[in-house]
Amino acid sequence: MPDSTSIKQKEDAHWRKTSRLMFTHLAIWFFFGFVIHMFVKPLNNIVIPIVGFPLGFYMAAQGSLIAFVVMLFVFAKQQDKIDREFGFAEED
Amino acid sequence: MATQASASTSDFIKNLGRMYGTYTGGFIGFILLLAVLEQVGVPNKILGYLFVFFTLAVYAIIGVMTRTAEVSEYYVAGRRVPAFYNGMATGADWMSAASFVGMAGTLFLLGYDGLAWVLGWTGGFVLVSILIGPYLRKFGAYTVPDFLSFRYGGNFARFLGVIVLVACSFTYVTAQIYGTGIIASRFLGMQFELAVFAGLVGILLCAMLGGMRAVTWTQIAQYIVLIIAYLTPIVILSTMKYGLPVPQLTYGQAIADITAREQQMLANGLSTAAALKPHIQPFINYSPLNFFAIIMCMMVGTASLPHILMRYFTTPSVREARQSVAWSLLFIFLLYFSAPAYAAFSKLEVYTNIIGRNLSAIRPWLFSWGELGLIKICGKDASSIDAVIAACKAIADHPGVVRLQDFVINTDVIVLSTPEIAGLPYVISGLVAAGGLAAALSTADGLLLAIANALSHDIYYKMIDPNAPTIRRLTVARALLVGVAVVAAATAATKPADILAMVGWAFSLAMAGNFPALVMGVWWKRTTATGAICGIIAGFGLCLFYLVTTRYFPGAGVKYFGMTSLLNPLTGAPVVDIAKAMALPNAMESFPTLAHPLANKVGWFDLNNIACGLLGAPLGFAVIYIVSKLGREPSAQMQAYVDEIRKPRGRTVLEEKTT
Repeated sequence: MPDSTSIKQKEDAHWRKTSRLMFTHLAIWFFFGFVIHMFVKPLNNIVIPIVGFPLGFYMAAQGSLIAFVVMLFVFAKQQDKIDREFGFAEED
Repeated sequence: MATQASASTSDFIKNLGRMYGTYTGGFIGFILLLAVLEQVGVPNKILGYLFVFFTLAVYAIIGVMTRTAEVSEYYVAGRRVPAFYNGMATGADWMSAASFVGMAGTLFLLGYDGLAWVLGWTGGFVLVSILIGPYLRKFGAYTVPDFLSFRYGGNFARFLGVIVLVACSFTYVTAQIYGTGIIASRFLGMQFELAVFAGLVGILLCAMLGGMRAVTWTQIAQYIVLIIAYLTPIVILSTMKYGLPVPQLTYGQAIADITAREQQMLANGLSTAAALKPHIQPFINYSPLNFFAIIMCMMVGTASLPHILMRYFTTPSVREARQSVAWSLLFIFLLYFSAPAYAAFSKLEVYTNIIGRNLSAIRPWLFSWGELGLIKICGKDASSIDAVIAACKAIADHPGVVRLQDFVINTDVIVLSTPEIAGLPYVISGLVAAGGLAAALSTADGLLLAIANALSHDIYYKMIDPNAPTIRRLTVARALLVGVAVVAAATAATKPADILAMVGWAFSLAMAGNFPALVMGVWWKRTTATGAICGIIAGFGLCLFYLVTTRYFPGAGVKYFGMTSLLNPLTGAPVVDIAKAMALPNAMESFPTLAHPLANKVGWFDLNNIACGLLGAPLGFAVIYIVSKLGREPSAQMQAYVDEIRKPRGRTVLEEKTT
């Protein structure tokens, strides 16, 4: 039975890592949800070859959405890794 | 006994793939069968009825088969829905009649600016996963107010949670039942009120006997129907036009064609510069502030809506809750990234085959929609060629060809008419109707369950009679479910004017009322009960005040609260002359119709009232922070509970009596 201070330390370290991961993903979310669309006008001057979408339109219609989906799968993996590292993950 | 039950459960879970695989195959076979029936001459009306009644019967059978008498099954489906399937169920829960039928139409009308809704209704799932959902799963709640009550010292916080929940869910569920009525009446020619009643029966059969458990397994079946129905017509259309069955890629060409055609129409005098809204040009319908405000409110609202959060209470583990959010968004994405393709193909059809055509050569698909009053040319319903020609002759100097400013289309038509535009057989139209019904029913199920559970679990069991035996709890839950459903259907049958706008409001209200308290409760241990309660009241109150004032008391808003006119996003000029409007005799009228010159047209900072969450949520956060700092920090025990919520391992914090 580990003493309570070492549990406390583990909890703090786990939460620090979890928070850092949260802020990273929050920043990426903000970028794809907002920042990139602020530049829609210049981006629309770029046309994606072959399919022919203006890039600014494409990012709002598909690009950001793909980024969100990928982010969520990656996040689930990363957070699980953090939980396992500190022994806080559930049994498989 | 227990091992027997769990053995049969794991069998059930193991067989899910085969069951839903068979179901999907059966559904496709059913479509093919109807296609054959159509070829041998069975009338369209019969085919439409077969579609609707067959799918409704399947949902009802699933609903009845998965009935339950256990509390944890009724409220959280026994917490054993695998991530993948919960993702599908959430997809159906999430995508409403508005997503299925309305989204593409919005994109058709607004072009780039409409993408604010596409972004807003997808990105919020990132917030669900990283900030709230998995933590609520670990906490072990049955409802969102459960968490508020535990974390923030009891029934007052719970009661506030129930108020926020009912405020944002009730109008939403009414809109869904309204949507079933519209779809059924349009496709089957049923009377609207009768169609509403039929939808109500469908919803109740799914939800009443089995609660969350039944809703989960029917929502998966509904997702399969709705996604097949949404993708089939557009995939066929894309293959026919561009030779590639991936409309999400081929509509890039359509957009280029639209842009070229827009220039051509201006040059040929087929459109005035004022009537033409270039499809890819941003910020002509919404100012940049409102564009981003809508995205923010829809995203944060997603992460605060109780009927979505409670879906993640049903997974077997915290890990699966996170994976499940990812699956949810993938399944939702399949529909949302196809919606702009619908809009582009329809727009191209309208621009090339209607605008600029000689009046006598208009393609006939639009007359059946014109008869319903959904397409107007030259200001009159486009019910036949003669009607169109007569209407346009009445306009002075009309050139005899359809101009852009002559043409008005109801947004619902875009998805519903695509099969006809492509010249597909009626069976595809019937399929689309079945998909729209599935979308409306599944969302209505989830919302009804959220409301009825809050009333039965939070109000009745937790606040009125904590000693109620299981049987009585479930009886009360079912009675309330029926009660709420009947009230919602009765409201929908009156066709309330604001109903569709209210769906947008629900997101802002959820954002302002729930988001700060939920996030701070998990992420800041120092949050106190008083702080959270003040924050919910302040944030929700401000949002509600802004909505109600700008919509229902606009005169008072101008006179007493310093509101000014919203601005035209293109010119920056006020949309209404406030001084002139305030001088009118009806300026101070309360609850005016939408025709009132000020209704929905005034506000602060040029902020659209649909985005009132942008005012409420920051205020909520600030109040929670300040009031918490002023008070004593929460007990060591409460802080230890918060630590528990943050670690996936171990038992849930809240252990419910289940028998």
